[in-house]
Amino acid sequence: MREYLKEFPRALEDEAIYIIREAAAQFQRPAILFSGGKDSITLVRLAQKAFYPGKVPFPLVHIDTGHNFIETIEFRDWLVNEVGLELIVGHVQDDIDAGRATEETGKFASRNTLQTVTLLRTIEEHKLDACLGGARRDEEKARAKERIFSVRDDFGQWDAKNQRPELFDYLNGRIQPGENVRVFPISNWTELDVWNYIKEENLAIPSIYFAHTRQVVEREGILWPYSDFIYVEADEAIEPKQVRFRTVGDMSCTAALPSSASTLEQIIEEIIGTTVSERGTRMDDKRSEAAMELRKASGYF
Amino acid sequence: MDVLQIATAGSVDDGKSTLIGRLLYETNSITTDRLEAIQQASARKGIGFLDLSLLTDGLMAEREQGITIDVAHIYFNTPRRKFIIADSPGHEEYTRNMVTGASRAEVSVILVDARNGIVEQTHRHYFIANLLRIPYVVVCVNKMDLVGYQAEVFHTVKQRFEQLAAQLPNQQQQIIFIPVSSLHGDNITTRSANMPWYSGAPLLAQLEEVDVQRTLHHRPFRMPVQYVIRPRNEAHHDFRGYAGRIASGTLRVGDTLVTLPSGRSSRVKTIHQYTTQLAEARARQSVAVTLEDDMDISRGDMLVKAGEQPALVTQIAAMICWLNAQPLVAGKTYLLQWGTQRTKTKILSLDFVQEPVTLEKRPATELAMNGLARVQLKTAKPLPADRYADNPANGSFILMDEFSNATVAVGVTE
Repeated sequence: MREYLKEFPRALEDEAIYIIREAAAQFQRPAILFSGGKDSITLVRLAQKAFYPGKVPFPLVHIDTGHNFIETIEFRDWLVNEVGLELIVGHVQDDIDAGRATEETGKFASRNTLQTVTLLRTIEEHKLDACLGGARRDEEKARAKERIFSVRDDFGQWDAKNQRPELFDYLNGRIQPGENVRVFPISNWTELDVWNYIKEENLAIPSIYFAHTRQVVEREGILWPYSDFIYVEADEAIEPKQVRFRTVGDMSCTAALPSSASTLEQIIEEIIGTTVSERGTRMDDKRSEAAMELRKASGYF
Repeated sequence: MDVLQIATAGSVDDGKSTLIGRLLYETNSITTDRLEAIQQASARKGIGFLDLSLLTDGLMAEREQGITIDVAHIYFNTPRRKFIIADSPGHEEYTRNMVTGASRAEVSVILVDARNGIVEQTHRHYFIANLLRIPYVVVCVNKMDLVGYQAEVFHTVKQRFEQLAAQLPNQQQQIIFIPVSSLHGDNITTRSANMPWYSGAPLLAQLEEVDVQRTLHHRPFRMPVQYVIRPRNEAHHDFRGYAGRIASGTLRVGDTLVTLPSGRSSRVKTIHQYTTQLAEARARQSVAVTLEDDMDISRGDMLVKAGEQPALVTQIAAMICWLNAQPLVAGKTYLLQWGTQRTKTKILSLDFVQEPVTLEKRPATELAMNGLARVQLKTAKPLPADRYADNPANGSFILMDEFSNATVAVGVTE
């Protein structure tokens, strides 16, 4: 096992708070994109810190695929109540019902790409001009080129080759009507930084991050959480296994890991010892070499 | 200091990717799935070494064309600290990327191929490191294995580089020279047995030791106000916190602060970092400050200490780098951002354009993307400006286009 940085580097927190305050100051109606995952939970704590003793001046926006882990939704509702936040929920089902989005079919069907439609509609309906997200540059290669203030056009599209350079601490949030900005305060954090922060700040996280017994379907070496939302072939077995989740997305695109880590310390030990990168457990990124870039180009965060 | 920001620049063939790959590999910062993917892709391309650009060239256009378009961010850590590498492509047309990557850097790592010595790219890279006054420059004289690990080769490169550095103005910069072979791992994370004549520490140890923030703590106190926190609730009815990230200097409870541009002063009552109250706060910390007196302070104002106030100026001489495909338009009004203040500005004159390789200064009437020039600017509002050389934390600005909103230039005051 490798040696590693045992303390959270506080300079990252100072930077993130600076970015969150810039978002509050430069935009009329910013919001935090909240997935219920560890990165967006971290964002909420950072926002609390940025405006203390005042309240967080943004609502949370949750894009609900309808294929959620029940634990994540319970956690979301608890957090909103605990911190005293406004919650906006955009339902993917509404866009499917209205014919704005079409459900995928087959063995690998997922509502992940459909989220973009709902996200853009929610942005428009609530006139949001900035969305703060928990994306990090170390997660994925297209995200390594992402800006801290990432300008999106009327259709939410990311133009990777035409981005504003970001120099010194300057963040340019000037936009035309209709455009909006994705703001990434924890761009420079790694997965380990997030976990060290959660540990040091004693943040509550959904229980599915810890080892638990769950019905899973093993398919091509990947453990899929069994639910009504996945299609199971007749010859595939549904078995209980001790697992945890390393990232939390929608149930149809997040794979489980065999794990016995039941404390934050054990999770950190597990991550340090791992030989697979974080997004290695995400089906949504495995669709093609440029899966993330293509989704971002069409409005994903 | 727990995070160190490093700028690297250069093309694939000078061994930069191999060097970064070494650092990642030897600090166990790269997972097996990523490493295997790079090994396979390198083999497919018929490259004998680990082509690390494959890790960072994430955009489709970059992979298709085999070039790096944008600044990439690479992260690794040791038990001592976290490192962030901003890696820029090294070609002339990417001067703006080099400036972007270097603007946040505390250390600039410059690679020199021991066989070729100082080349054009070395000049350009060092010019930018010098212009932006990056406090530490680490010159890695690479591919020492290909010159028989000879001390003379290293000393010749060192001497030439010192001659180059002597021609440029910033003499406070600390320059460290290390003979390395990134391919074989000499002097990267461990001392090389092949070069007993080199008595210094290997690269990683040097990067772990560098302490650059101390200098920021000793400069005058500057804090641009980002946001005013007014909870207006029962418990904090009269709370008025001026929130910001301290740019430079140190702040203590009881210090007398002056608000610029108004010039009004008051004493520091409390310094908040979330629920903790601090007796002292330092450069780069994000805090909220309350004052003894009620004052009209808003975003864009700057808090400074009485007795170390910068002059308020409406005319600035600066070196700028043009970043946008649309060249500078003479007589056009741009928006200038200084700290959290935005003001209209006009470029009064273009004094000269400077060529970073030859250092030649020539008169010019135009400034296009990647161009470096000295200009005189006039601003609508007075700015609390320090000379960049005296206080880099309060001596830079960006220019934005009023119509396209693009960030078109970056500047540092002279």
